[in-house]
Amino acid sequence: MSANKGLNLTLKVWRQKNQDDKGQMETYQVKDISTDSSFLEMMDILNEQLIAEDKEPVAFDHDCREGICGMCSMYINGEAHGPGRGITTCQLHMREFNDGDTIYIEPWRAKAFPVIKDLVVDRGAFDRIMAAGGFVSVNTSGNTQDANAIPIEKANADKAFDAATCIGCGACVASCKNASAMLFVSAKVSQFALLPQGQVEAAERVQNMVKVMDEEGFGNCSNTGACEVECPKGISLENIARMNREYLSASFKSEEV
Amino acid sequence: MSWMKQTFNSSIGRKFAMALSALFLMFFLLQHFAINFTSVFSEQVFNDLSHFMGTNPLVQFALQPILIFGVVYHFVMGFVLEAKNRNARAVKYAKNNGAANSTWFSRNMIYSGMVILLFLAVHFYDFWIPEISTKYIQGDMSGLLANGEFRYYEEMVEKFHDPIRTGIYVLAFVFLALHLMHGFQSAFQSVGARHNKYTPAIQKLGKLYAIVIPAGFIFIALFHHLTGH
Amino acid sequence: MTKLDAKIPEGPIAEKWTKHKNNIRLVNPANKRLIDVIVVGTGLAGGSAAATLAELGYNVKAFCYQDSPRRAHSIAAQGGINAAKNYQGDGDSTYRLFYDTVKGGDYRSREANVYRLAEVSANIIDQCVAQGVPFARDYGGLLDNRSFGGVQVSRTFYAKGQTGQQLLLGCYSAMSRQIGKGKIKMYNRHEMLDLVIVNGKARGIIARNLVTGEIERHSAHAVVIASGGYGNVFFLSTNAMGSNASAAWKIHKKGAFFANPCYTQIHPTCIPQHGDQQSKLTLMSESLRNDGRIWVPKKKEDAEAIRAGKLKPTQIAEEDRDYYLERRYPSFGNLVPRDVASRAAKERCDAGYGVGTNETGEAVYLDFSSAIMRYGQETANVKGYHNASQEEIRKLGEEVVEKKYGNLFQMYEKITADNPYKTPMKIYPAVHYTMGGIWVDYNLMTTIEGCYAVGEANFSDHGANRLGASALMQGLADGYFVLPYTIGDYLADDIRTGAISTDLPEFEEAENAVRERIDFFLNNKGSKSVDHFHKRLGKVMWNKVGMARNAQGLKEAIEEIKQIREEFWKDVRVPGSGDGMNLELEKAGRVADFLELGELFARDGLLREESCGGHYREEHSTEEGEAERDDANFTHVSAWEYKGEPSDAVLHQEALKYENIELKTRSYK
Repeated sequence: MSANKGLNLTLKVWRQKNQDDKGQMETYQVKDISTDSSFLEMMDILNEQLIAEDKEPVAFDHDCREGICGMCSMYINGEAHGPGRGITTCQLHMREFNDGDTIYIEPWRAKAFPVIKDLVVDRGAFDRIMAAGGFVSVNTSGNTQDANAIPIEKANADKAFDAATCIGCGACVASCKNASAMLFVSAKVSQFALLPQGQVEAAERVQNMVKVMDEEGFGNCSNTGACEVECPKGISLENIARMNREYLSASFKSEEV
Repeated sequence: MSWMKQTFNSSIGRKFAMALSALFLMFFLLQHFAINFTSVFSEQVFNDLSHFMGTNPLVQFALQPILIFGVVYHFVMGFVLEAKNRNARAVKYAKNNGAANSTWFSRNMIYSGMVILLFLAVHFYDFWIPEISTKYIQGDMSGLLANGEFRYYEEMVEKFHDPIRTGIYVLAFVFLALHLMHGFQSAFQSVGARHNKYTPAIQKLGKLYAIVIPAGFIFIALFHHLTGH
Repeated sequence: MTKLDAKIPEGPIAEKWTKHKNNIRLVNPANKRLIDVIVVGTGLAGGSAAATLAELGYNVKAFCYQDSPRRAHSIAAQGGINAAKNYQGDGDSTYRLFYDTVKGGDYRSREANVYRLAEVSANIIDQCVAQGVPFARDYGGLLDNRSFGGVQVSRTFYAKGQTGQQLLLGCYSAMSRQIGKGKIKMYNRHEMLDLVIVNGKARGIIARNLVTGEIERHSAHAVVIASGGYGNVFFLSTNAMGSNASAAWKIHKKGAFFANPCYTQIHPTCIPQHGDQQSKLTLMSESLRNDGRIWVPKKKEDAEAIRAGKLKPTQIAEEDRDYYLERRYPSFGNLVPRDVASRAAKERCDAGYGVGTNETGEAVYLDFSSAIMRYGQETANVKGYHNASQEEIRKLGEEVVEKKYGNLFQMYEKITADNPYKTPMKIYPAVHYTMGGIWVDYNLMTTIEGCYAVGEANFSDHGANRLGASALMQGLADGYFVLPYTIGDYLADDIRTGAISTDLPEFEEAENAVRERIDFFLNNKGSKSVDHFHKRLGKVMWNKVGMARNAQGLKEAIEEIKQIREEFWKDVRVPGSGDGMNLELEKAGRVADFLELGELFARDGLLREESCGGHYREEHSTEEGEAERDDANFTHVSAWEYKGEPSDAVLHQEALKYENIELKTRSYK
């Protein structure tokens, strides 16, 4: 592995000073990148190089670097989190690339995710959707009933878990041709709709979350399925169908006129 | 009824309405195809059915308006949603590899839809406008030619005489196939009908429908073009 | 020393917390609306504290450096959370969890705190389930448990390998609800750069808006620090890239004592380093040790052949493998506590039996083949396949293992390009957690009045070594069930104080100091990047203040860190400007603090002339290489008071009294 020759690459990177700047693609060269390095380690090397040249390094979001925090968000060679399935950018390794490759690196593009700087975008819209209903209204009193008081069918518990593994990275929005946030919202709606604890306020939750989702300026779902393919956690389209059901039945059943 | 307004102005509500109109249109297409197909083997059956459809008050004054509403809604909302979706991504990617995660026809419904819309204009010009004009402007509800026979079959065969028109129809049906390739299963997803056991079957059925119906229409057009007098 | 009053309530240990809760003062709901609380950090401790304080009625201002509270590094915890529920009926109890934690911590934690932790642990599970956290369940629909290192019961609740994520998202949900109500004002992408003290009480912070670069003043009646641990002082660790000690270090500089900085947990099962370009290390959950067996070759020549790439692990015969944990610790085997497992791996690698084929050469095997065959046979029996071939059994077994650890195996394969179903994983210890931290009393208050520290940021519950699945437990216990009570006792005095003005001279002074430091960095125009210094610091820490320490190395480390610090201030280069996002500027501030903390860390290690838990001094070990504690001289907490340079820090001691558990040599043999 270490015997492998390092990679020499051409990088086309989106540079944008701040939210108001127009921004443009810039071209950089990096040399001798180990194939065992992660993509972000390659970016670190680029940045060290830029600092040495007294230029400003490329700003990008990253934190845990193990695929769970959802912070990293790069559109690499035309795909959210780059080529490869079931991974975030930080889990992408340079062995996926070849010597001499040109790599395009862009930020998530969506009106609801304005660029803050370079590759960093503002995903506050997700937080606002969560604040509209992404919770079970239970106080942390410690006086709730015993955890085993309500048995939950394993199949539903597993499905709720699968939906709950969403890391809120926004790859679904980035890859959707309409910049729709349906996969993200539906994952949270599904998690709670599948569990008895969440069913009590399920109708209200889905209506409130969808309302804010629409207000934030995300596009509409046209079922292309790109989100599911690019999702690093493999969140299923099944959740979107469930949210459609939940939303429609909530609208038709509710007694509010 | 503000809840109605709210529901059908929401992204999910609009998709739901798109799906309902699509399901209705697909059902319509199926019966349209079934009737047209009779023309291949029996002039009389085709004429009888055409006359029934063209004069039955339930069809004319209940189903036809629904169909018109469905068509108009599906197109208008299709454009509205497309505009909104484009607006949701103001700055485009310098490099985008859509083929990596979705099918061409699912990403280009607007274009296949637009071709179908253009086709509809031709189709209305060819058939629907003359029909309406004959029946409701000239007031001739008989459906008969001067020689006392039904006019429907004759009219149709005559239209497919023209190779350019036939070519346009064939091309439009190809785009219809592409539209249905995604549209059929998408409609089910939009109304929330998804089940791990049945969805794969729906998807297969959708592909079958998307190929068989347009191919059938193409067959009918070519059949009359080649065999017509 | 008079300052170190732990304020442990009187009475029998099992009644202390209940009695204390009955006696402390309360703030009535109307008055809570008049009180502001700042929470720095939104991980399990900070997130749960912010949500609960807001639910109670306080006005909470929560700060995190990430773009959303949901990204805090608690999210990366994999294995599970302990709770004394005894759902498995295997003899668990509050006392046993308490005992295991004190013993696991090598008798260097405060009994009363640990007992309280064990006591509230069961509430955490109830609370999280009520919030919709999808814990693993069995086919009867009830909660499932697994076992973890250092204990002999199954008390760990889990959600596949993503327990931390699910618990954090539970907290984040609870926070979101309060954010929606306006009870929590959330400050994302904000970094606390100083604490403001007015008349001896913590009354606010200075924070930098990381997007606009603005320096902001925020006031409150109390400040809660929940900023996590300081493992990134080693540069390479399993912590997130942004995890930092700055909030904790700032309050230390303003008067909060820093306790036991040398207690660091080196986690035994991490993916080994690949080389110099490495930016961080990845943990493989301890839960893997339930089914994985750890080994190296018995023969040195086999190890050499493997390192040279001439031999594969699967080619080594069973009798030529040294399952050294099972050999050395027969009763706990592969499930010995983390510190023990880590040292044993280092011992084997140092002796020349390491199997790393990467640039660093250090690794041992974590092998699932016997578990795969065992589970496969079990499944074959259950399904009635009586004549299943070895290959069929292996396939069935792989399916079982995939269900249990699928995501971990996949993560491993993504990083290393090795398939762990077919060939053993390679693992090596890495810095993971810091037991040391800000000294707090029983109420979780630091030595600054009105300034609290919760979660990994404080030192309180894990002693010299933390047991697996206990970090999540402590974070949530502090935030959901402890702090919300104890903080009321303090805030009861503040119901008539009114809003704290940010125009006070103390705010101005703190803000000026912050601005000065930022200006210094931006104008320094040195020649080396921040990472350059951070990496050098990390190397010194790992080599001399890492898994095994000695007086000589520690003394050298102190000198070398001082040297790096001086160079840093002279020669660091921070490009860009202060207005707007500047990631290098953020890093510079954090590394500057690590460069001070690192020295104190080494000093603390040098002074603690014993081996206990994660702190292993080579001079203090038995002939078999086991740690030797010195209870006569070191049964105390070392709490450091800031006096300028790290070398000037003054040591205070809090004696640890064991009234309920007898001090014993920890043995897992």
